[in-house]
Amino acid sequence: MNDAQLRELVPAVIAILVRRGADFASAEDAVQEALVSALASWPENPPRDPKGWLITTAWRKALDEFRAGSSRRERELAVHAEPPPGPVADADDTLQLYFLCAHPSLPPASAVALTLRAVCGLTTEQIAAAYFVPEATMAQRISRAKRRIAGQPLDQGGDLGTVLRVLYLLFNEGYGGDVDLAAEAIRVTRQLAALADEPEVSGLLALMLLHQARRASRTGPGGRLVPLDEQDRASWDTALIAEGVGLLQAALARDRLGQYQAQAAIAALHADAPAPEETDWVQIVEWYDELVRLADSPVVRLNRAVAVGEADGPRAGLAAIAELDPDLPRYAAVAAHLYERARDLPRAADLYAEAARTATSAAERDHCVRQAARVRQSIPGG
Amino acid sequence: MKYLLLKHYRGGPDPVMDEMPPMDRWTPEEVDAHIGYMRDFAARLEGTGEYVDGQALAPDGAFVRYGGEGKAPVVDGPFAETKDLIAGWMIIDVESWDRAVELAGELSASPGPGGEPIHEWLEVRPFLTAPPTISE
Repeated sequence: MNDAQLRELVPAVIAILVRRGADFASAEDAVQEALVSALASWPENPPRDPKGWLITTAWRKALDEFRAGSSRRERELAVHAEPPPGPVADADDTLQLYFLCAHPSLPPASAVALTLRAVCGLTTEQIAAAYFVPEATMAQRISRAKRRIAGQPLDQGGDLGTVLRVLYLLFNEGYGGDVDLAAEAIRVTRQLAALADEPEVSGLLALMLLHQARRASRTGPGGRLVPLDEQDRASWDTALIAEGVGLLQAALARDRLGQYQAQAAIAALHADAPAPEETDWVQIVEWYDELVRLADSPVVRLNRAVAVGEADGPRAGLAAIAELDPDLPRYAAVAAHLYERARDLPRAADLYAEAARTATSAAERDHCVRQAARVRQSIPGG
Repeated sequence: MKYLLLKHYRGGPDPVMDEMPPMDRWTPEEVDAHIGYMRDFAARLEGTGEYVDGQALAPDGAFVRYGGEGKAPVVDGPFAETKDLIAGWMIIDVESWDRAVELAGELSASPGPGGEPIHEWLEVRPFLTAPPTISE
């Protein structure tokens, strides 16, 4: 059994402990402790029944904790000691755990951290490393999150929408040390898709797979950013693209469109183009129109303006950004690109320089500086 | 001993960088060479076991201080063209002050226009450490 298979057991084991009467916070702590023991002892001494081992070990740790705990906690245990009436399906319990970790009362960073621990089965040490914060800081963030949702019954968490938002965030942040957060996001979204048969879950999974397929080609030598139109399309992962497109088509056929399906459709159209100039920008604009209808935001409108610029020419793109706030992230970079295509090179260079000043990542900043330098060099007599 | 290297992209005792054109007026190759130099520098220090941490900073920020009981903090800035611009920092863990100075000098030699060292000022500041266990 490898680490990923071990981690897969975590949410179900937490759910079982909760069903046996532990409260969520104690169950989660106990399973985390059992997980850390497993990571240390299993390589030498693998158990015959890994899930059984985890349940037994975590339950024992939970009981130790109860015995050591205050009388207040013992009373709480007594309240929950009776298993809830009626048969409860295992899959539902696990799904409820996803909902609880993405509880709407949690700040996004806390919901992501809690999901990484209780749903992805990562250790606090791994999560801390992924976000470049000290382990004690991450441990506090997670316990504060758990206190915040304390007393929430397992079946009164967030909804599917909040879970999808947390997984989307997790995938989008994708960086981090030894643990590939994007791969983790894909793994648990696959699990979620098996638990909840909803088109938007498939849509999000498709979106992740289609972006993951291009991920390696987005980074050039020395970590430099490679824009979509310069990527080596032969290096895109065709198996991931095929899987993503298949999932998306099945989801769209159910005729309950949502923002993740629309975003996946845009990603699929890019994946489908053998060369940048063969991209079906007209259809991409149509999907952005859907996206504006489903989940309007300035960022969506800015991305739509890029597509309009490609479909109808840079002047149309510039007209589309004219109504947007110039302080939007990436506004200057988009404007620079459109002015360059409209052959207003001095303005494009200035805007790329401004985009570099306001960039939020080092890779994006370096990319914009390089673009500014390139455009300025191409100015005749400049 | 740990030292903080503060990269003063602008400013310092004798602001040499003021004479230099901003990076977006370099050639793309010069930009690449500059970024590559700093990346290789950090990688080399990781190799020698002297690298601790480093981050780049966005140029925009502000000065903030306590505004008094029940009042919002006082915010000054952001300043468009500040005289002193800290572009980032690096923490190194080295044997001696001399080694820290040597490394700061190397980092300051990252290439600029025409491949010439940019001579940016680095401020080198020792970390205060925990008190020793044995005090006499």
